[in-house]
Amino acid sequence: MTAALLIGPAGSAAPEGEWHMAAKNHANTRYSALDQITIENAGRLQPAWTFSTGLVRGHEAAPLVVGGTMYVVTPYPNILYALDLARNGALKWKYEPKPTPSSQGVACCDVVNRGAAYFDGKIIYNTLDAHTVAVDAKSGREVWKTKVGDINRGESITMAPLVAKGKVLVGNSGGEFGVRGWVKALDAGSGSVAWTAYNTGPDRDVLIGPEFQPFYESDRGEDLGVKTWPPEAWRIGGGTVWGWISYDPELDLLYHGTGNPGPWNPEQRPGDNKWTAGVFARRPDTGAARWFYQWSPHDLYDYDGINENILVDLEWEGKPRKVILHPERNGYIYVLDRATGEVLAADPYAYITTTTKIDLSTGRPVHVEAKKPKLGEVVRDIAPAAPGAKDWQPAAYSPRTGLLYLPHQNLRMDQEVMEANYIAGTPFVGAEVRMYAGPGGHRGEFEAWDPIARREVWQIKEQFPVWSGTVVTAGDVAFYGTMDGWFKAVNARSGEILWEFKCGSGIIGQPITYLGPDQRQYVAVLSGVGGWAGAVVAGQLDPRDGTGALGFVNAMKDLPHHTARGGMLYVFRLP
Amino acid sequence: MRKFIRPLACLAALLASCSKEARQFRAGPATGRAPAIAQSELFPGLTAPPASGPNPYEGNAHALAEGRRLYRWFNCNGCHFNGGGGIGPPLMDDQWIYGSEPANVFATIVQGRPNGMPSFHQRLNDQQVWQIVAYVRSLGKLPDAGKPPQRASEKSAARDVKSDPE
Repeated sequence: MTAALLIGPAGSAAPEGEWHMAAKNHANTRYSALDQITIENAGRLQPAWTFSTGLVRGHEAAPLVVGGTMYVVTPYPNILYALDLARNGALKWKYEPKPTPSSQGVACCDVVNRGAAYFDGKIIYNTLDAHTVAVDAKSGREVWKTKVGDINRGESITMAPLVAKGKVLVGNSGGEFGVRGWVKALDAGSGSVAWTAYNTGPDRDVLIGPEFQPFYESDRGEDLGVKTWPPEAWRIGGGTVWGWISYDPELDLLYHGTGNPGPWNPEQRPGDNKWTAGVFARRPDTGAARWFYQWSPHDLYDYDGINENILVDLEWEGKPRKVILHPERNGYIYVLDRATGEVLAADPYAYITTTTKIDLSTGRPVHVEAKKPKLGEVVRDIAPAAPGAKDWQPAAYSPRTGLLYLPHQNLRMDQEVMEANYIAGTPFVGAEVRMYAGPGGHRGEFEAWDPIARREVWQIKEQFPVWSGTVVTAGDVAFYGTMDGWFKAVNARSGEILWEFKCGSGIIGQPITYLGPDQRQYVAVLSGVGGWAGAVVAGQLDPRDGTGALGFVNAMKDLPHHTARGGMLYVFRLP
Repeated sequence: MRKFIRPLACLAALLASCSKEARQFRAGPATGRAPAIAQSELFPGLTAPPASGPNPYEGNAHALAEGRRLYRWFNCNGCHFNGGGGIGPPLMDDQWIYGSEPANVFATIVQGRPNGMPSFHQRLNDQQVWQIVAYVRSLGKLPDAGKPPQRASEKSAARDVKSDPE
């Protein structure tokens, strides 16, 4: 047991037995204080009920539980189902936003949706065609619907919104389509846009003003979102916000990552490419930037910076510190001071060939020259591969064990870059990629990491990338799913598998746990393979072309032999 | 049935106006240029429409090379990659959602399709579309498609690493 304490922001008034936002709380810990399911009894879990979504694309969402109702958002066409927990998930109503089918053509990595947020009687979520909708949680009636992006500029939305201080925070996807990344705050009552912060371009658009105090020198200066790009390239430079947002009510700061710069071919965008592939701290009321830190200045490998920023308070070198724990796509776990943006630690948690370390004096990664992309050359054994050591799939943190639970992948790639041609609404990438397994041959891992000792505690190797989220409980049980359909309960202290259940399709959803109307603890997860990693199955791709799905097909050619498509919610409980 | 038969005349006229190795840049008319296509194999009254005819460039090495270049330059590869698909469906397998005949592929590129295929009506002239059609059909190794161009692919030598579990 470490000296870790969780005295940080609970940030949510939700009853502990409910689940009001994808990440469970504003701190993004995905920790539940429910403790009926324990290391001793988890082996006796059994299915309680199931629900078919009727859809076959990748199901990445976290269900919500509010009162006696569960809410499930599907991949495109983004149906919202309300299920009655008092009647084994019987359908109460469904809401269909009917996004335009053309939006499927601007979704880089399957037509996924990562979930909804509950606030003030409304279920709020995003649709693939870049609208945010609020639905009355009781009746299923649409309360408001706001268009926030334009598919003809390549914009879509897949992320789960966060609601903080009455504002709905949403961001765009489209880093592979030359979009200009942004985060918007919508008034939760009316749906009107309160502010928009772009992540490229002049300071006034980025909402950088007098309050902006980045920790590192290279982030200081006027209009860096213009000056660190070739002329006008910032207009199509990416920096999207398709991942996780967290909020610290004490510091009154939001934290959101920014996606990769576009195109992938780095020779077309010399410069640091601010403010892509980094993390912003912003004021929720105005969007004003407080600080920024760039995980990957002038990103070379599609290392989006959008992974979760988990807010915990740690005893760090003898002093209490408000920190961010961030397992980054580039293969390092960062500990940041979340008041200032200072990097306290950055340690490798995966196989890395692209960099040797993070220089803590500058905050910048030290690159390996031989692994830098060069026009017309195939650079081999790039690790982590483009999806990073960990992609969107969110980790969990237990204040009881002091450990971070990381679902992630073990992949490397060969990459050739070429000139990308910008045509609005079409892909803007300029790279040909083939991914394959990292050392050991397994493609996924589920591991526990001690952020204070700065080391891995235990690890479970998986055949396929672990593309599901995870949840950890006060019973010291962690849950995750595999792409070949096994849902697993793990001893959070030892890594021992306590129980597993074979679901109908591969699992890439975010498991949750809740207290049912009968006051018993349940665990729920969506099965339904897909996402970028599972595109070969969800999109019925031809595995003979390894470059398919941005090169992920090369690493997943055998997945069609292990699982088939089909969205189904599974709910488990003890007998 | 009329809808299948009527545009055949348009197609015939179109084909007659294209010649192999034609290099002139000829913008197509804004409307009415899509050749006749059938997307169904059900023909009421047992009256099958006449075949829609070949691509004037089918099997033409220069057109295939041009088609390959255009396929990349207009970002077809951003969604369909080298035929295996990703955002869009595969082009190298034997499933053709909107038909594999040259005229079907032509119409799909020009008109777009509802589930995400953009309409390139304003971006490509007929000649360019036919060249892309030739290249797309070569990815699927359709019998009359000819050999795909080899020249430019030599550099793309990223190895095909086995991903079998170990």
